Amino acid sequence: MRPEWNNFVAGKWENEVNVRDFIQKNYHPYDGDDSFLAEATQDTKDLWQMVLELQKKEREAGGVLDMDTKVVSTITSHGPGYLDKSKEKIVGFQTDKPFKRSLQPYGGIRMAEKACSDNGYEVDPEISEFFSTHRKTHNAGCFDAYNAEMRACRSSHIITGLPDAYGRGRIIGDYRRVALYGIDFLIEDKLAQKDSTGRVMTDDVIRLREEISEQIVALKMMKEMAASYGCDISKPATNVKEAIQATYFGYLCAVKEQNGAAMSLGRTSTFLDCYAERDLANGTFTESEIQEFVDHFIMKLRCIKFARTPEYNQIFAGDPVWVTESLAGVGVDGRHLVTKMSFRYLHTLTNLGASPEPNLTVLWSPRLPENFKRYCAKLSILTSSIQYENDELMRPDHSDDYGIACCVSSMVIGKEMQFFGARANLAKCLLYALNGGVDEVTKKQVGPKYRPVEGDVLDYDDVMDKFSDMIEWQADVYVNTLNIIHYMHDKYCYERAEMALHDRDVKRYFATGVAGLSIVADSLSAIKYAKVEVIRDEDGVIVDFKTTGDFPKYGNDDDRVDSIAQAIVTKFMTAIRRHHTYRNGIPTTSILTITSNVTYGKATGNTPDGRKKGQPFAPGANPMHGRDTHGAVASLSSVSKLPFKDAQDGISNTFTIIPGALGKEDQIFAGDIEIDLNK
Amino acid sequence: MQGRIHSLESFGTVDGPGTRFVVFVQGCPMRCAYCHNPDTWAMNGGTLMEPEYVYEQYKRNESFYKNGGITVTGGEPLMQIDFLIDLFTLAKKDNVHTCIDSSGIAYNPDNAPLIAKLDKLMELTDLVMLDIKHIDPAKHKELTMQPNEPILAFAAYLNEKQVDMWIRHVVVPGITDDDKYLFDLGYFIGQFTNLKALDVLPYHTMGENKYEKLGISYKLAGVPPMDKNLIPAKKEVILNGIRKRRSEINSQ
Repeated sequence: MRPEWNNFVAGKWENEVNVRDFIQKNYHPYDGDDSFLAEATQDTKDLWQMVLELQKKEREAGGVLDMDTKVVSTITSHGPGYLDKSKEKIVGFQTDKPFKRSLQPYGGIRMAEKACSDNGYEVDPEISEFFSTHRKTHNAGCFDAYNAEMRACRSSHIITGLPDAYGRGRIIGDYRRVALYGIDFLIEDKLAQKDSTGRVMTDDVIRLREEISEQIVALKMMKEMAASYGCDISKPATNVKEAIQATYFGYLCAVKEQNGAAMSLGRTSTFLDCYAERDLANGTFTESEIQEFVDHFIMKLRCIKFARTPEYNQIFAGDPVWVTESLAGVGVDGRHLVTKMSFRYLHTLTNLGASPEPNLTVLWSPRLPENFKRYCAKLSILTSSIQYENDELMRPDHSDDYGIACCVSSMVIGKEMQFFGARANLAKCLLYALNGGVDEVTKKQVGPKYRPVEGDVLDYDDVMDKFSDMIEWQADVYVNTLNIIHYMHDKYCYERAEMALHDRDVKRYFATGVAGLSIVADSLSAIKYAKVEVIRDEDGVIVDFKTTGDFPKYGNDDDRVDSIAQAIVTKFMTAIRRHHTYRNGIPTTSILTITSNVTYGKATGNTPDGRKKGQPFAPGANPMHGRDTHGAVASLSSVSKLPFKDAQDGISNTFTIIPGALGKEDQIFAGDIEIDLNK
Repeated sequence: MQGRIHSLESFGTVDGPGTRFVVFVQGCPMRCAYCHNPDTWAMNGGTLMEPEYVYEQYKRNESFYKNGGITVTGGEPLMQIDFLIDLFTLAKKDNVHTCIDSSGIAYNPDNAPLIAKLDKLMELTDLVMLDIKHIDPAKHKELTMQPNEPILAFAAYLNEKQVDMWIRHVVVPGITDDDKYLFDLGYFIGQFTNLKALDVLPYHTMGENKYEKLGISYKLAGVPPMDKNLIPAKKEVILNGIRKRRSEINSQ
C-alpha cells in the first residue's frame, strides 16, 4: 500500500479509481451528539470578519466589488489570492484576490461584456474582438443553429432560462479523487482511458479522444495551480488538511473555468471524515484544528462568485452559485452515512453564522441516527439554512454515493452527469392550447396554428385534447433546442476540469423541467369542476376568464385535482421521451423553479385558475399561494403524489412555517410536570 | 353518528404529543373572552361529516402521525360525544393515540345517560387536555359566561377514570396572571394522580381580527399579549401550588 494510505482498510479502490469503495471500507458511522464540536478559532473569526467586511463593501459598491476585464479565466490564469495568508489553513480563490469576479467568455462573449458593462466595467477590446472574430463561443454556436421557431419560443418565454449564453453548470466533478489519488494517478488513468477507445474513428470516438486529451490538460493545470499556492497535489493527501485542500482545489478549478447557474460540490463530508478519524487516532490533529480546516473550507465556498447581469440576478433572486453539498443518507448495506464530519459541516452555520451557500443538503432518511436528526432540527430552527431531500426516494436509483446538483438534481458522483435543461412554461402552453398557438401577451403566432377553442365556456375534454397536442409541440421544440445547446456547449465550452474527475463512460441525463404545474392543475380543475367562461380581446385572443363556482385545488390532498397534476407530469415526460436526445442522454424532468417562478409569472397572462397576468407562479411543485387550506401534511401529500419516475430530476417544495407552529418552545413547555408524586 | 365539523387540520403540532391530525368540531357553549376560534362557537354551522370519512382523512396520511395521533378540539368536543365515540372506536381498532381538547363544560354528574356515554368514550381516550380558564368561580363566570364547577368536577372524574390529563391554562395580563389564583389552580390540580403535564400558554391577540370579521365585539380589546418570557415564572407559581398539595397528601 502507498504510504499516504497507511492505516486505511485496503480494497479495490487502491488499484482503480473508486472513491465509493474507499468510503465504504473506511468510514465510521457516528451515532453520538453534537457535544464534541469545537468553537471557531481566533484565526477563523478574524478571517470571517474580513469576509464580512468585503461583503459589506460589495453591497455598498452596488453588488460587485471588482471584475477582471483583461485576463480570460482558466485553471492557471491567475496567481494565488489570499485574505490573510498567515491565517488561512485552506487556500485558493478564483482570481488573484477575493471578491474579484473572473472573466469567462467561452459561454458567450456578449453575456460576459454585458455582465461587465452593467456593473460599470468594460471588457478589454482585444478580448472582445478575439471572441467575436477568432474564437467562437457556445452562445454564437447556438444562434447559428437555432431555427426561427426556437428563437420565437425563447423570446415569448414558453421555454425559459435556457443555458445558451453562459455555462450550463450542474456537472459535479468527483473532487475527492484529487485528494485520494493525487493528480499523477488520475493522469495515468486518463491516459489508459484514451488508449482504450475504439479504433474506428467515428464522430463519437473522435470526440471522446479529444475530450480525454482536454481532461488530461486540465489535470496538469490543476497541479500547476496548486503549486502556485505551495501545495503539491500530484500525490495522494496524507492527512485531513491536505485532503480538504486537494478536494477544494479540484472544485476551484471547475469554478475558474465554468460559470454555470449551479456549480455544486458533491458529497465530500463522509469521505473526508475517513482522514479526520485517522488523524484523531494518530494524534496528527485535534478536533479544534479539524474544525478550523472545515470552517476555512466552507468560508472559501461562501466566496465563490461569478460575473452576472442584473437580469440574471433577477431570475435567480440574488446572486446564487448553488454550491450544493450532500450530507448523510443511508448506505445500501443499511449503515447510515452520518459521520462526525457531517456535524462539522453543519457546525459551520454556528461558527460562521447562517448562510445560503454552500447549500448544505441533508439526504434524509427515517434511519438516520436520532442525535443527528435532532442536531439538524436544531440548526434549521436557528439558521433556516439547511435543505432536506428524500434519500429513500433517490437511493434505489442512484445507490449511496450520489450528490445533488443545484437544488434537486441527483447524480452518482463521478459516474453520472446531466445536461441542464432549464424549463418549459406549462401554464403558457395551456394558454397556447386555448389560443391555437397565439401568445396571449405578444399576440404573435408562436406555436403551431392549431384550432383554438370555440364558444364561451371551456369544456374539459376539449381543452385536455388541445393541451395534449400543444404539449407534444412544446416538448418537440424544447428538446431540439436543448440538443443544439448541449452540442454547442460540448464543442465550445467543454467542462474539462469537471469531466477529468469523471469515469470515461459517464451516464448522461438529459434534463428538462416544467414551471407552472400547480397553475395548470388548478386551471384544469376549474374547467372540470366549476364553470370557466373565456373573455376575448378585439383580436379574438382569449386574455381572461370568468370562473363561477368552487373547484378542488391542488395542495389539499384531494385526488380529484391531484390526479390531474400527476397526469400532466406523466404526459409531459412521455412527450419528452419521444425525442432523440443529444449523446443519447436519458431524458428526465424536474418540477423545480425555486426562485425564477416570479419571472415566469411576469411573462404569462391570466390563467383559468384565477391567477392574474404577471402574478408569480408557485415555486417548484408547490401549491399556489394560499390555496392549500388543510394544513401542511395535506399540502405535502399532494406534492408527494407526483410521480418521481416521471420527474426524476427532482420535485421541489418550498416549505415555510413559523417556528411556533412547529411545536412548543422548550422553555415554556417541556411536556411533563417534573414533580415526583412521592415527594 | 355524524359530526358537525368546523375544519380538519393535517399538521397539528401543539395539540398533544407528536404531529397530530386535528379535528375542529363546530359548536361551543363557552364564550371565553380570549377565545381565538370564535368562528367555532355557533352550534348550527360547520359541515356534517361521517366518522368514517374523518378517519379516512387521518388514515391517508398516517405515516406522518406515527409519534402523534388524532386530537379533537373545537368548539367543544364533548357536545358531540356520539360522534367522538364512533371516531375513536375506529381509531382504537388501529391503536391510534386519541386525545380530546376540552373545556369540560359539558360535564354533568347528575345526567346518567351522559355519564354512560362519557364512560364509554373514556375507555377509547388516551389523553384529555383540559383547559381550566380560571380557578375562581366568580371570575370564571366573568371570563367565560359559564360556571367552573362542571369543569373542576370533570377533572375529578378523569382522575377517577385514570385517563391521562394535561392541564392547559392561558395567562392573560390583568385577568389570569394573579399569583394567588395561579397558586390555587396548582393546589387544586395537585390532588390528581392522572395529571401528566402542565401547559401554560401566554395570551396572544391573533384571534382578534376574526371577531371583526364575525362582527362580534372583542371583550379584551386593548389587552396586550402576554410577555412569553414571564411564563416560566407563572408556571412556577402553579407548580408550587401542586407541590404544596402533594406534600400535604403525602404527609397524611
